[in-house]
Amino acid sequence: MDTLFAANSLAEFFQALLALVGVPVSASTAYVIAVVTHVALVVGWFGLPAGLFIWAERKISARIQDRLGPTRVGGKFGWLQSLADGAKLIQKEDLVPKDADGLMFRMAPYIVVVASLAAYLALPFSDGWTAVALDTGVFLTLAVLSLEVLGVILAGYSSGSKWALFGAIRESAQMVSYEIPMALCALCPIVTAGTLNLNEVALLQSGGVWNWNILHPFNFFAFFVYFTCATASCKRAPFDLAEAESELVAGFLTEYSGFRWSLFFLAEYASMFLVSGLATVLFLGGWDDGLGILAGFKAAAPSGVGSFLANAIGMLFFLVKASVLVCVQIWVRWTLPRLRIDQVMTTCLKYLIPISCFLFAGTVAYPLVLVTMSGKTSIIGQPAGERLVQPKKAAGVSSAGATTESHLRITASGTEGGGR
Amino acid sequence: MTAQIILFWLFAFLTCAGAILVAVSQNVVRMAFSLVLTLGSTAVLFLLLGADFVGATQLLVYVGGTLVLLVFGVMLTATGPFTRIKSSPADAILSGLIGVVFLFIVASTVTAVDWDGGNGVAQKIAMGTHAKAVEGGFNPTQQGNTTRPLGLSFLSLRADRDLKLGLPKELSGEINTAPVVPGMAAATPGTTLLPKTSALLSTGYLLPFEIVSVHLLVVLVGAAYLARTKRRATT
Repeated sequence: MDTLFAANSLAEFFQALLALVGVPVSASTAYVIAVVTHVALVVGWFGLPAGLFIWAERKISARIQDRLGPTRVGGKFGWLQSLADGAKLIQKEDLVPKDADGLMFRMAPYIVVVASLAAYLALPFSDGWTAVALDTGVFLTLAVLSLEVLGVILAGYSSGSKWALFGAIRESAQMVSYEIPMALCALCPIVTAGTLNLNEVALLQSGGVWNWNILHPFNFFAFFVYFTCATASCKRAPFDLAEAESELVAGFLTEYSGFRWSLFFLAEYASMFLVSGLATVLFLGGWDDGLGILAGFKAAAPSGVGSFLANAIGMLFFLVKASVLVCVQIWVRWTLPRLRIDQVMTTCLKYLIPISCFLFAGTVAYPLVLVTMSGKTSIIGQPAGERLVQPKKAAGVSSAGATTESHLRITASGTEGGGR
Repeated sequence: MTAQIILFWLFAFLTCAGAILVAVSQNVVRMAFSLVLTLGSTAVLFLLLGADFVGATQLLVYVGGTLVLLVFGVMLTATGPFTRIKSSPADAILSGLIGVVFLFIVASTVTAVDWDGGNGVAQKIAMGTHAKAVEGGFNPTQQGNTTRPLGLSFLSLRADRDLKLGLPKELSGEINTAPVVPGMAAATPGTTLLPKTSALLSTGYLLPFEIVSVHLLVVLVGAAYLARTKRRATT
């Protein structure tokens, strides 16, 4: 059994599992099975939280507005409401307006869906639990996220409707502007960690809440700026100018109905969860519980069933943190009024970009200043360098095991890079 | 045929198909979105080659940035006569000729370069027999070492002429082992350093590179001039 849990990748896992069952397969077959499994998991994850969060949004918005929300479908709390919504949407007629550019009108929802689905590729749910472990994970995720706007522009343009075109133009202006502070703020924890690999960024924060990036003075503010920009990049209120129903009917969604409309809807919730997950990994310690219990547990059981269980529990922590952030986005949507388009642009260009530039410069200068002042690179928690280089000394902080592991991994990749 | 080869051909086909659609299509907006296909597939080709960073940069800069701006501009200007572009037969013939000439130049360049010192390694890799290619002398970790010479030549240092990098010993001439920076320890023989006699900062591509940047600046100034608010002289 232990060979199964010692597997480094899903491909190895399937190879070991099938060998145990008595059907040995070649490495390439196992690889194909692993790829299919990853795709199925990511696609499943695309649908499931969307359903949950749509229900959550209905309930939370109802409570904020002093209503009850869904109460009938699926028992007292109406938690099957999303399923009923989905069934209703699939039954609707698939309309294409006469003035629309048919091919591009039909294609637009798929571009949006593929962009927000592909962004999940590099997101780690727990230590090593990621579809593709990339050394440039953050960069690829931000790059893929920026593609979503293309689908929105396409939808708005090809609808052949003025409302849709206005929505698309607003959306593209907004997205192109908000990408800059968002990426700058995502860079702050990256600079602190010194790696673009999301898994390593999270591993560096493990071992206790004092190691989380959000307690870094500049990253603390970067988190809030990032979250604001992330809300804007998901087209969520108060930045939902692209579909402002009081001004533009429904913006770029005006001409869509049925399944294609629900694809946009699913993609919105999927990318809400994605930016929240990214914030969790970058700022909130990823799958760390904040007390060092999980890291200590993993140190005690570095491989086998124990490590697997620790990873599974870590994933629960990750999901809870990211879901709380999604709920904050819902809460903000139903509390704040929508901004005007000029206010949206002013917020970004006159305030968020200078603030994020300052935060980025501060994050870069902070360790240098601290080292000259006090000889350490951080005030709270262990300096990142110590977490890597001298894990044994810090055994009392109970983060030894996880950091040793990350240390090994990072040095291994470092020597590889040096060899090149 | 491994999965990677199949994916390579699929995305190579998509890259070319998108490029042809840009040329053939008559609707400006469709052209822009065919460009999305081409640039996106190119990014996937980079990812397939294991160049994650280049692939992600391609997505971020070209697909996510430049193309969004392009489509944005096209949407704002694609009214009336500019929505559909119909080219005359003469245009088609002329551009076809230029295309064929360009294809010939690219093809002759690609076939003229000895990519792997005559070992046929590149061909073996292309055929999917990578293990045999490694046997034949292909060292995966030492490939892709053109970045440094390229970057240096943009800083006006030719790696082959000024620095004598990457050349066989008999071609590189005398290597200067004296310290370049005063106070720095002298390098051991065998390491590559600046030669005594070559004229520094002369043979690189700094000047053409800067001229291109100035050209871009001119374009930007021109665009700003064209797009400025036109005020009446009386007000």
